[in-house]
Amino acid sequence: MLTEFPLQQVLNEEGHVKEEDTMQTITIDQIKSFYYYMLRARLLDKKCVNLQRQGRIGTYVQYEGQEAAQVGSALALEKGDWMLPTYRDHAATLTFGQTMRNLLLNWRGRLEGGVPPEGLNIFPPAVPIASQLPHATGVAWAEKKKGSDRVSLVYFGDGATSEGDFHEGLNFASVFQTPTIFFNQNNGYAISVPMEKQMNSKTIAQKGLGYDIESARIDGNDIVAVYLAVKEAVKRARNGEGPTLLEAVTWRYGAHTTADDPSKYRDQAESETRRKTADPLLRLERYLKNEGKWDEAWHAAIEEEIQEEIDTALIEMENYPEAELSQMFDHVYDIPTWPLQEQINEHLATKGRNA
Amino acid sequence: MTTSVQTKTMTMVQSINDAMRTMLAEDERTLILGEDVGVNGGVFRATEGLYEEFGAERIIDTPLAESGIMGTSIGLAANGFRPVAEMQFLGFIYPAFNQIMTHATRIRQRTMGRYTSPIVIRAPYGAGVRAPEIHSDSVEGLFTQMPGIKVVVPSTAYDAKGLLISSMEDPDPVLFLEPMRCYRSSRMEVPEEKYTIKLGKAAVLKEGEDISIFTWGAMTIETMKAVEQIENEQNISCEVIDLRTLYPLDKEIISQSVQKTSRALIVHEAPGTGGVSSEVLSVINDTSFLYLRSPVERVSGFDTPVPVYSLEQEYLPSPEKIKHAIQRSITF
Repeated sequence: MLTEFPLQQVLNEEGHVKEEDTMQTITIDQIKSFYYYMLRARLLDKKCVNLQRQGRIGTYVQYEGQEAAQVGSALALEKGDWMLPTYRDHAATLTFGQTMRNLLLNWRGRLEGGVPPEGLNIFPPAVPIASQLPHATGVAWAEKKKGSDRVSLVYFGDGATSEGDFHEGLNFASVFQTPTIFFNQNNGYAISVPMEKQMNSKTIAQKGLGYDIESARIDGNDIVAVYLAVKEAVKRARNGEGPTLLEAVTWRYGAHTTADDPSKYRDQAESETRRKTADPLLRLERYLKNEGKWDEAWHAAIEEEIQEEIDTALIEMENYPEAELSQMFDHVYDIPTWPLQEQINEHLATKGRNA
Repeated sequence: MTTSVQTKTMTMVQSINDAMRTMLAEDERTLILGEDVGVNGGVFRATEGLYEEFGAERIIDTPLAESGIMGTSIGLAANGFRPVAEMQFLGFIYPAFNQIMTHATRIRQRTMGRYTSPIVIRAPYGAGVRAPEIHSDSVEGLFTQMPGIKVVVPSTAYDAKGLLISSMEDPDPVLFLEPMRCYRSSRMEVPEEKYTIKLGKAAVLKEGEDISIFTWGAMTIETMKAVEQIENEQNISCEVIDLRTLYPLDKEIISQSVQKTSRALIVHEAPGTGGVSSEVLSVINDTSFLYLRSPVERVSGFDTPVPVYSLEQEYLPSPEKIKHAIQRSITF
């Protein structure tokens, strides 16, 4: 299946163009924009790891190394499309328009983190593995029923392909030909379990065959390949040609979460090697240098701009009003049931406040 | 002056069908999804004729996957539709449990009201129809402890239509349990027009003075048999209340009745421990403790899996057991 689903690459690790014709469709400005969004995501991720170490946010899920997969796919969507992330996909949601403040609030245990800005369709990050895939089929099915050309894109990891909901989501999408892009980030590990223990199949893309779903395997660290593959899948979906399964092969440099120690299950030297060889940002830097388009002043300027944005978001997060008690109660039902209302009243009375 | 309401004689399964037809005609966002609900009209014929009338885009034969039915319904509901998702039997709902527990009931809170899940999950349930294994479960208690959902159980054709329409109009997920034994056990006059019965309101099936009996679903049949017998045999007057909604319970009716009769019995076919009867007891305790003249009695299924049907009559509450419990309460 490795030959049936070859790893699609447009830009190789050294930043050399593998597919000249394909690369013609991408401008230098686009490359610089890709780089900007990836750098923005990476700097936020690094900041969040530090914030967790300082106790300013709770357990944090890092994505460093997966920026090309997330940013490239997010940039291929349009406003009005649906994004269904997991807890590791804030590079995608950030790029799609979620605010940095809300993302930080999410890691501070705040409900605001699951609320998309007005006008954007972003589901709250799914926690039970693969449970979001049927939702992606459902929201896209709704768009199809409404006669719109909007699509949904759902993120999930390699481990998620073992769950029943992966198969049910794909099968429903196939049967009802929903405009859904199933975007797999195969980062090689489900916490500690490597892909070869997770499945006996050599690729995740081949799992689409069982559902007659168009599938492809792409270098998930090559943002150009990711962007173009998702663009193509989105175009097919908008044209009523049904769902697509994309396997973006990538690697997370860090731990599963800040509560995890990856040295228990893998040699972290591999991550360090990959930083120097296969990094998605380094690849664009090399490409721009090869093309004579790398501009140190530009790089310094965007980095400073992003750091300022992060600092501002951090201040917003830290100055954000404390969680109102009502947030626990207000949105369980449209109108609280009487047992819940009694519990609220008693709780407030105990606190010496007015019910 | 009376206005005449057009009625039709219906079984419960027909009135459930009628409720769905009413809402499908009224609200184009309504969708029916499930296994065999389309061309076949449902294994119990609950969706009979709907496919012909409303078409395959709205009456949807899905793949055989309960989690997929529930999960796609959540997506459809978040994006503007009002799905009615059928679980072919309540005993088959378990693969969908995660979708209900972690998403359908939580998406409103997780998005601070941005996305909601106005989904009705219909499921035939209960023992006593000699069904194969796993087809007879009564696990309402698994769902009454689930924040974010309501649990509704009709026991008559009239209630079924009004409660199902209310459930379909509810802005939150509702588990709508359909006692299989009641599907065709009786017929009654049901208005042809649309009407609703408020969720959370119990019904007094029979007024009485000496003991309040709380029950729901098919156990209303056994309870009414027991009451008829014991009232013929002895000078005892029983009040029978069909709870109809198991979450939230009807606190007013429960307390008013117990305060009138001073005795209470709860009858249900689910296992005895950890279920709805404990909550009815809790309501009685909170509202009517000083009115009680005897401990609240319970007749229930056992803390066993619902048995294969050779033993189901032993498992189910019988009129004899119910009469015995009434007797115990009265002679305490």
